[in-house]
Amino acid sequence: MSNYNFAYLDEQTKRMIRRAILKGIAIPGYQVPFASREMPMPYGWGTGGVQVTAACLTPQDTLKVIDQGADDTTNAVSIRKFFEKTAQVATTAHTNAATIIQTRHRIPEAPLTEAQILVYQVPIPEPLRFLEPRETETRKMHALEDYGLMHVKLYEDIARHGHIATAYAYPVKVEDRYMMDPSPIPKFDNPKLESAAIQLFGAGREQRIYAIPPYTKVVSLDFEDYPFEASKADHACDLCGADHTYLDEVIVDDAGGRMFVCSDTDFCAARQADGHRGRLSPTEDAA
Amino acid sequence: MTPLLAVKSIAKSYGGRIGCSDVSFDLYPGEVMGVVGESGSGKSTLLNCLAGHLAPDGGEVLFDTRADGPRDTLQMSEPERRMLSRTDWAFVHQNPRDGLRMNISAGGNVGERLMAVGARHYDGIRNKAEDWLGRVEIEVDRMDDRPSAFSGGMQQRLQIARNLVTGPRLVFMDEPTGGLDVSVQARLLDLLRGLVRDLGLSAIIVTHDLAVVRLLADRLMVMKSGRVVESGLTDQVLDDPQHAHTQLLVSSVLHV
Repeated sequence: MSNYNFAYLDEQTKRMIRRAILKGIAIPGYQVPFASREMPMPYGWGTGGVQVTAACLTPQDTLKVIDQGADDTTNAVSIRKFFEKTAQVATTAHTNAATIIQTRHRIPEAPLTEAQILVYQVPIPEPLRFLEPRETETRKMHALEDYGLMHVKLYEDIARHGHIATAYAYPVKVEDRYMMDPSPIPKFDNPKLESAAIQLFGAGREQRIYAIPPYTKVVSLDFEDYPFEASKADHACDLCGADHTYLDEVIVDDAGGRMFVCSDTDFCAARQADGHRGRLSPTEDAA
Repeated sequence: MTPLLAVKSIAKSYGGRIGCSDVSFDLYPGEVMGVVGESGSGKSTLLNCLAGHLAPDGGEVLFDTRADGPRDTLQMSEPERRMLSRTDWAFVHQNPRDGLRMNISAGGNVGERLMAVGARHYDGIRNKAEDWLGRVEIEVDRMDDRPSAFSGGMQQRLQIARNLVTGPRLVFMDEPTGGLDVSVQARLLDLLRGLVRDLGLSAIIVTHDLAVVRLLADRLMVMKSGRVVESGLTDQVLDDPQHAHTQLLVSSVLHV
């Protein structure tokens, strides 16, 4: 028996957050201020995402929580437990079985459907922040669609590294209007921002919520002669052999040994169950 | 001939104190207007009102826009004014740190205005930045250095390049040579004079340095306590000052 209100937050707070979410969906990419609550976890651990998830959850939902693609890392495990305890909803590790997915820094490899909501944890929602520290000025820039500065950042990348070196939190323009920070997902995931699912972004410390409604146009910024590229490590997964997924590099010994594995653990496990094998997969008889 | 900029009785007060009061003048294409006066005479207030950085209490600033002819910039919407200020206008600050982005390379600083008006071709932007750095005598191999690694004179030249890259027709300059030592000042003035003549720019230069206006300005306005006390051709005003304050200014210049 739990003494928590359903999904921890009180009903008034959830209504307030839902209003912010609805406004965010009505204006794709616009950062809606909301009265972020103190959550029983430190800032930077997903307080924004947790509040958005809490406001969206119903008792019938099935929740999946991932951190850098994995279901079994500290952040994912503790948030999943949090909602198991406070909302008593079903949880899953399978992307297809989930109705709400809270994520940190990844979009699942399996295509999402119209029945799903993807909730992102966002550390710094303002894409222009590192170029322009004044909030009054960045708000004005959004209002006037004054986004030349964003390209200056990409220009600096090319001038210094010879290519656009921004590899995560790659700025996008939503529905030809608002410049948006897609949270620190790898730019490999940027094309997946055009999705059938509702995508909600919650920044707890910065008190902002924004959204991408289903099938919204999302364009990654680039130059004509340096087009956007969804880059990944140039390998195949060593466990499931997939060559089209985002990979984590794992150091396996102190002699330069390394392996590449899918960062999306559920996707990788499903492929292995289907009989796909990679370079370092255990042999059949050993397993 | 339509004046490029027609200023009509601009006034700005800070509470009970007068910033500038009842200033009117016309600036014609290709003309350089100097505004001199001692500290606190309202010259910077005037310049900021004209450039849209400050909202004046009254008056009109009619700018001859490319598309629609003369329009009052004070009545324009904010996006229009911003567009104007990064295409047809340029503003050179006294302190280059106010006009530059110090944590962005010199090339990026020059390219920003181009990107702000929609340039999206990296090599094109870079070539143009390179060309402009050359024109203000900054070596091309310093292009990817940050302005914080530049000397004061170089920073000021970089600020000028960054402002002129979009081919503005009107340049506002607030003490462009302030804070520089005399030899660097001379070189900068030489450069400015060349650019203004070659590009046929119109400019409004605010300064307290009479030598600067002698070199650059065609016409001169002398301000005191927020009002214009004397105006006319530069050489005429400086060689034959009529108003007591102008006489004081001219006679205060030290001769080596």
